[in-house]
Amino acid sequence: MIRGLIVTLLCMLGDAQGTPLPARLGETGLADRDVVAFEPQFPLWSDGAGKHRWIKLPSGSAVDARQTDAWEFPPGTKLWKEFGFDRPIETRMIERLPDGSWRFATYVWNAAGTEAELAPAEGLRGLSVASAPNGRYAIPSRADCLACHDGPAVPVLGFSAVQLAPKLPDLARRGMVKNLPPPLVAAPPRIAPALGYLHGNCGHCHNEAGAVAGIDLIFAHRAADSAASAQRTVQSLFGRDSRFRAPGVASVHRENVVLQRMSSTNPYSRMPPLGVSIVDRDGLALVEQWIRQTAKETSP
Amino acid sequence: MNRAFVPVVMTIFALSVAVATAATGVDPDKLARGKYLVTVAGCNDCHTPWKLGPSGPEPDMTRMLSGHPQDMTLPQPPKPEGPWIVAAAATNTAWSGPWGVSYTANLTPDSETGLGKWTQRNFTETIRTGRHMGRGRPILPPMPIPMYKNFTDEDLEAIFTYLGTIPAVNNRVPEPLPPATPVAAN
Repeated sequence: MIRGLIVTLLCMLGDAQGTPLPARLGETGLADRDVVAFEPQFPLWSDGAGKHRWIKLPSGSAVDARQTDAWEFPPGTKLWKEFGFDRPIETRMIERLPDGSWRFATYVWNAAGTEAELAPAEGLRGLSVASAPNGRYAIPSRADCLACHDGPAVPVLGFSAVQLAPKLPDLARRGMVKNLPPPLVAAPPRIAPALGYLHGNCGHCHNEAGAVAGIDLIFAHRAADSAASAQRTVQSLFGRDSRFRAPGVASVHRENVVLQRMSSTNPYSRMPPLGVSIVDRDGLALVEQWIRQTAKETSP
Repeated sequence: MNRAFVPVVMTIFALSVAVATAATGVDPDKLARGKYLVTVAGCNDCHTPWKLGPSGPEPDMTRMLSGHPQDMTLPQPPKPEGPWIVAAAATNTAWSGPWGVSYTANLTPDSETGLGKWTQRNFTETIRTGRHMGRGRPILPPMPIPMYKNFTDEDLEAIFTYLGTIPAVNNRVPEPLPPATPVAAN
């Protein structure tokens, strides 16, 4: 009998976790009253798309910041991010399920902007959007979602100690984030804009523990030890040979390769490899200026 | 190349695999499975440069799975005409088509130019997602990702294990070239 009860409970759990994604964005809870808008300080460049972001925590819960750079989100947490060029084009959603796993979805808006429907898991290539660069837009596949969000310790990229550093006192006061280290709340780290840009655009893959950690290029910043974190980035970048060089080229330093790949229009070598077809001129200038300056300071 | 040389090379390779297996403690069944899969899945068709042998074109097993030769310079590919939209170099390691020009990768365990620094996760995610290391640029034709992504985890582990035992070849394969018309963000 007990075994039967356990099986029944497991089936119920399975049903809850296997709940299909809502067919329409309006059914995901985005319009609920307790949804909160937020804005990271180092946003990802997406060909100049305008973005809006929201988070919804289960009633009475909070994000646990005990691990400063790997916040624990309660099951039931949902985050949304809307992308648009003059009008909303897609809204992506991340949801933490009861078993602690995460699922990803994106909803594509109709041209009138009245409703958005669930995109296929394979994504949509070459969507015709007149206001987007070159009139085309690509909706990512679920696998594409993981390409960025599976890289860091926590798949939420924009709601973190680094991304929300200036707002940590407010988040703590409102009770949305608990267990923040008091020194961090009293004096949130001030992160150099170029380092923040690299964190927001590259750090989700180029970090110390993700799938490409073997490359040993650290762009992820840590709020827990901000100064040491900056130093780790400098050490991983400057004066070291890159393996990404043309045949016959004896040596090329990593910092130069970073600038080359950020400024490339070659879809097979530009960085980041996803979601970008137009060079972020402002971001490139910011990183280039920092690289030139740091190279001067670190050269023997 | 001297005809007697190929069997000698293969014998040396077989012996080195046996020694490596004994030294690393790799499961011999997994290794054999990996070798079998690499063989029948046709990896050598494109990742080993082909040469003209006494009986016609054949893979140059002295450069087994080392990808497009770094010292091979190629002219512009022919313009596509009618239904003929794909062209391949005689080595079978450089391919031109609507995606641009792709060069087959070095699959040997060379740490600088091959898979030496890759992890099993990197390899599995590359095949599963069709992206370099599961995150980077797309893996281009003619790599049959749509079929290969159906390999089981066990098969991919066997393949990667076997690839880790073949002779390392230092060969820096060029980056792919883009098509003439821009590719949208993906």
